[in-house]
Amino acid sequence: MNHENESMNQGRRDFLGAAAGVSAAAVAPGVFLHTPVANAAARTDPVTDLHRWGLLVDTSKCADGCTACVDACDSENGLNLQSKPHGQDELKWENQRAVWIRKVKLQDNLTGHVTNLPLMCQHCEHPPCVDVCPTGASFKRADGIVMVDRHTCIGCRYCMMACPYKARSFIHEQVDHKLTRAPRGKGCVESCNLCAHRLDSGDISTACAEACSAEGHQALIFGDLKDPMGPLRQALAKTPSRQIRQDLGLNTGVRYAGI
Amino acid sequence: MATIMTKGVLLALLAAVLGVGSAAYAEGVGDFVLPSSKAASLENCVEPTEYMRRNHFELIRHQRDETVYGGIRGDSHGLSGCVSCHVGYDDTGAPIEIDAEGQFCRSCHAYASVEMNCFDCHATVPRGEAWNHEVAAAHAHLTGSAPIGPTAAER
Amino acid sequence: MKRIVYREWLLQPQRYWGLLAILAAVIAVGGLSALYMEHHGHWVTGMTNSVVWGVPHVFAVFLIISASGALNVASIGTVFDKKVYKPLGRLSGLLAVALLIGGLLVLVLDLGRPDRLLVAMTTYNFSSIFAWNIFLYSGFAAIVIGYLWTMAERKGNALQKPVGTFAFLWRLALTTGTGSIFGFLVGREAYDTAILAPLFVVMSFAYGLAIYMLVLFYAFDADGRPIGPAMLKRLKNLLALFIAAILYFTLIYHLTKLYGAKNDDIETFFLISGGLYTGLFWVGWILIGGLLPLGIIYHPELSQRRDWIAAACGMVIVGGLAAMYVIIVGSQAYPQEMFPGYSVIQFGAPGDIGGQVAPYSPSFPELLLGFGGVGIALLITAIGVRVLQFLPESLADRDVDPHASARSTA
Repeated sequence: MNHENESMNQGRRDFLGAAAGVSAAAVAPGVFLHTPVANAAARTDPVTDLHRWGLLVDTSKCADGCTACVDACDSENGLNLQSKPHGQDELKWENQRAVWIRKVKLQDNLTGHVTNLPLMCQHCEHPPCVDVCPTGASFKRADGIVMVDRHTCIGCRYCMMACPYKARSFIHEQVDHKLTRAPRGKGCVESCNLCAHRLDSGDISTACAEACSAEGHQALIFGDLKDPMGPLRQALAKTPSRQIRQDLGLNTGVRYAGI
Repeated sequence: MATIMTKGVLLALLAAVLGVGSAAYAEGVGDFVLPSSKAASLENCVEPTEYMRRNHFELIRHQRDETVYGGIRGDSHGLSGCVSCHVGYDDTGAPIEIDAEGQFCRSCHAYASVEMNCFDCHATVPRGEAWNHEVAAAHAHLTGSAPIGPTAAER
Repeated sequence: MKRIVYREWLLQPQRYWGLLAILAAVIAVGGLSALYMEHHGHWVTGMTNSVVWGVPHVFAVFLIISASGALNVASIGTVFDKKVYKPLGRLSGLLAVALLIGGLLVLVLDLGRPDRLLVAMTTYNFSSIFAWNIFLYSGFAAIVIGYLWTMAERKGNALQKPVGTFAFLWRLALTTGTGSIFGFLVGREAYDTAILAPLFVVMSFAYGLAIYMLVLFYAFDADGRPIGPAMLKRLKNLLALFIAAILYFTLIYHLTKLYGAKNDDIETFFLISGGLYTGLFWVGWILIGGLLPLGIIYHPELSQRRDWIAAACGMVIVGGLAAMYVIIVGSQAYPQEMFPGYSVIQFGAPGDIGGQVAPYSPSFPELLLGFGGVGIALLITAIGVRVLQFLPESLADRDVDPHASARSTA
């Protein structure tokens, strides 16, 4: 049922997307809708559902031992500025500090084949974290980015209970150093927001995907799931991909090839 | 409303006459603009000063929802704009935390005894800004360059 | 039938003030613990990004479901018209409100931003069961206070049945809601099953009654009021029924999980290999919280003795806390299965837990905060019974149900 709906929706979306593409091309070629690069300015209108941002992870290209995406995310979002509270146990701290993206290494139980992949917030179309949040602080932006409104988050952590991907982190400690673009404070929950500050400034990229490309791996492709001509949809059309916990029918914005 | 506007204009004129940025002015009653901050060299804030004194929180809060839900970061009413313009600098040119004792936000909030919790989460010095007027200016020269390389924030 | 006379609790002042002082101390320590956690942040607790709800939630959920269970005694009297339970109704209502307040305080003080309680009260997301529970909890307190009024005020007596029925339905909704907080979580193996809702309902019956009985015994002993053997028998038999219901629903819960092959691992974890959690399940939840009290209640000699019945009630409470610990903490400690057919050999940095059982050891402040909640509940009860007429003068069989005692002596 879910799958049916989803594929129907997908079909409709494809059609709409294609129609929009055709009309855009016909009316005003090169208009910003499909050429993000020319849109290198901060937005002045609210985000809309004309875009849905997402990622494709090609696990076959994700290199063992490489942490470029994690490091890039850490410095982009000020996660490297967190400091272990004095006297805290090293290992426990690793389980308490905020982590937006992590490298996961898997081994197939039958074949022994090893797979590497980055795991972050999957930006579900139907996010369980949004369903359960009592105050509505956990929300999905019109452009599909799932994030936390820190101003109304009361720190109940129910979203962390609900997330199937362990994507969310609770800020367990006083935060002394933070970046303007990534506010962070004790007692709230946060997770990957697909570098929303970049998108909002007209920079169609995420730190992780950019770093992966810079390393030459190209294992992470960022883009608009609603743009059939865009790099993400082109790549998705070429490679078979799936969602983690596809059985839950959450229609994630992050897709994986090779698992 | 009109009176407020008139007052604002008068005040701005007065400020201009007295010479904005002088230490004496900064120590005037209720005025906590620091001489070392960028704000000290400007005629008035993003809105008339008197209006800002009373209503800055409404503006910030409105902008906050625009930014969080709408992704609009370019407007002038955001907190990061407040910080970048009003932050003071020490002798070495390093910014001083805006919520520290004697600094802009803290001293006025202490004077008015109003609680302030923006800085529970928000940065107190301009650092790694996603968007501000300088970034905007830098972007103005950007015409169609590929979004690879330094990020918007680092430019 | 004799009219039931209610009297304030007539404990000697020294003992009474001593009791209040002890409870106040427990509450103060709990409050200081909450301040400590709030000041430093949650890193000083055992909670992590893997086990996000710890001991405070064990206590809070236990107290909240016990609150609705404590109201059962009153419901049996008014909704199901069992006359013998009528004299027990007022204490039942008081205890329900007191336990609820204690539980909610623990829950609120464990929030990351307890200062934003107002936000929680003013912004709602109605797709969240948690948000619904905020209404269910505050509504429960209001309804029970109204219910108490209908019991105590002659003018309100006529309303007792409708209000009592409404309160009964509301408490069923409340416990169903609390169970659903966990039951509707699709992302964790141990949850994601609707049976948690009825399981929580029967648990609330048993835990609430056990607490009720202990409070009743203590209060009556302290100022020398009698409890008749027939009354005692009714209460203990009711408790036995509820314990048996817990065991039954626990069995069904595990059978449901065992039947699906994909859940084999979580069942192995709970029942065999889970270390502390397996121990708490078998020894705490099943043995101490189930089989032992059942054994006492049906033992031909022990079941006649009030102190043994009180011990059985205590065991139900200990077992209940163990059950909550397994359900809340154990279920989080068990790794979320994201990649069926694969073993997770690395998950982020060392110490960042994924694919293996997450460590959790509760810190003292967490435990003390939980005890503080219990202290609040008992303090409210102790003050309530002292200043208002909550306790019947006698629960001797001839006072409560002359016909029954006539039958038993015949």
